[in-house]
Amino acid sequence: MGYEITLATSMCISVVFALSLNLITGFCGQISLGHAAFFGVGAYTAALSSKAGLAFPLDLLAAAAAAAVFGFVVGLSSLRVRHDFLAITTMGFGFLFLGVVRQQDWLGGEMGISAIPGSGLSKLGYLGFAAAVAVAVALFSAYLKRSWLGFSFAAIADDEDTARVVALDVARYKLLAFVLGTAIAGIAGGLYAHHVRFISPDSFGFVESIAVLSMVIVGGIGSVPGVVFAALVLTALPLWFQVIEDYKLLLYSALLFIMMQLCEDGIGGLMRRLTQGRRRTT
Amino acid sequence: MLYLELLIQGLVQGGIYTLIALGLTLVYGLLRILHVAHAALFTLGGYLGVILTNATGSLALAMVVTMLVTGMVGMGVYRVAYQPILDKPPYVALIASIALFIASEEIYRLIFGPYGLSYDAPPLQGVIDLLGSGMYLKQAELLVLLGTGAALVGLHLLSTRTRIGIAWRATVTDPEMAASFGIRTQRVRYLNFFIGSALAAAAGVMVALLNNLVEPTMGSVPSYKALAIIVLGGIGSIRGTLIASLALGVIESFGTIYLGSLLDRDAIAFAFLILVLMWRPQGLLGRA
Repeated sequence: MGYEITLATSMCISVVFALSLNLITGFCGQISLGHAAFFGVGAYTAALSSKAGLAFPLDLLAAAAAAAVFGFVVGLSSLRVRHDFLAITTMGFGFLFLGVVRQQDWLGGEMGISAIPGSGLSKLGYLGFAAAVAVAVALFSAYLKRSWLGFSFAAIADDEDTARVVALDVARYKLLAFVLGTAIAGIAGGLYAHHVRFISPDSFGFVESIAVLSMVIVGGIGSVPGVVFAALVLTALPLWFQVIEDYKLLLYSALLFIMMQLCEDGIGGLMRRLTQGRRRTT
Repeated sequence: MLYLELLIQGLVQGGIYTLIALGLTLVYGLLRILHVAHAALFTLGGYLGVILTNATGSLALAMVVTMLVTGMVGMGVYRVAYQPILDKPPYVALIASIALFIASEEIYRLIFGPYGLSYDAPPLQGVIDLLGSGMYLKQAELLVLLGTGAALVGLHLLSTRTRIGIAWRATVTDPEMAASFGIRTQRVRYLNFFIGSALAAAAGVMVALLNNLVEPTMGSVPSYKALAIIVLGGIGSIRGTLIASLALGVIESFGTIYLGSLLDRDAIAFAFLILVLMWRPQGLLGRA
């Protein structure tokens, strides 16, 4: 039973993490290839502050704040570069984060930080907590998408120049999307730090940034239920594939490739087509 | 003395970057796809080079066959992976490309084993005394510098002196107009992937010579660093790609000595990238 609880907790953390990127990339259209860095900032902040004696749920707030500060700085770059250039710039920030962490002794360097205090909750209790956070973030996302703020985000994602013409303060909304999204990523990172209780730079690299981006895109960029579903499945998938050990990653990447070829708008798009199809027949 | 040595090491690394990034910048200029899987062809080149050299004993023959075969595989990648999704949003091709790249690493690992291959008798390992100054350069390193130069001159001649080269430039500038003038743009795209992949394969063979090792993951650093280079140089600009590659090679080589305690090699490269992009968002030689 312990194994299932651990897996379920990881799935909840993935949901929070994927939804945080969905806010930036899905809602506001700012593609990011370095999102794992904010997850990392959150994890390191939570680890260090809880080691310094900050009590459990409070250090998650510290993690969110620290990640949001970095998110604001990276968000500033989105005012300067767009689209593919932004993707590469955010990727650069990801590597910069890793490079700094690897060389700093007080951040544990290559060895990382071990013996991070637990949450004080039982394993099941912690799963409950992570699930509650995931549900809260999902509800917040769904609310945001229908709010005026979400509407502005969508306008910017759709066509930035037109959004500017109708007097939207594009720069402010982009920065807001980055701050919100990275703050949530920081919370996910904090949850992760207390979950595995050992963190090292390897957990926050380029591969992790790609993995979370593929959750958002497989889920159907911008679709909240789609992204939740994709985050749950894609986290569990490699573990289900354990049986085929050697071919695990191959199968994973093949699925991703075929998905892009056949239905690029992801699970969210599939669901939309199904419901619309039904409407048309009635 | 140390400065000169670092400079030369940087230029050799920059030459490798150039050969890899040229193909990528050609693809981006034509199709606006961030072709991450380009690095998979670089790795394929490395493997084919080592296997063919070991089988035939001739590096030159292996180099030619490797470039031809990898070039054709590159055309296959375009046909299978990109052509069906050209009219979809750009992130679709990006994710498909990343998936293809991960799959390729797994395939190399399954076929050739996880520990990599080496040359039986590594060629071009002798050293040359540079200008009698006590500066030594490996023959393989000289090959990288000469190969990069040859590739650039070849590309220049091809794009300015031949009909297909002119068709190529026309297609990059304005695909629809080019098509209406009777240029078969599909053919241009295949040519593009052939040349770019062949150059990446040559880089793979050379890196295998420098390290005397090919392994399944040898493409993972080029996969992202080449993206940084084409953005840095100004996308679609061959001259910009050259300058960015050499600059990055030299900066990394100096940076790891002088900033190594602060940042690692990748971080130095990307710090430079971010600084340049904040100053010139369109890249060094890109048009706004």
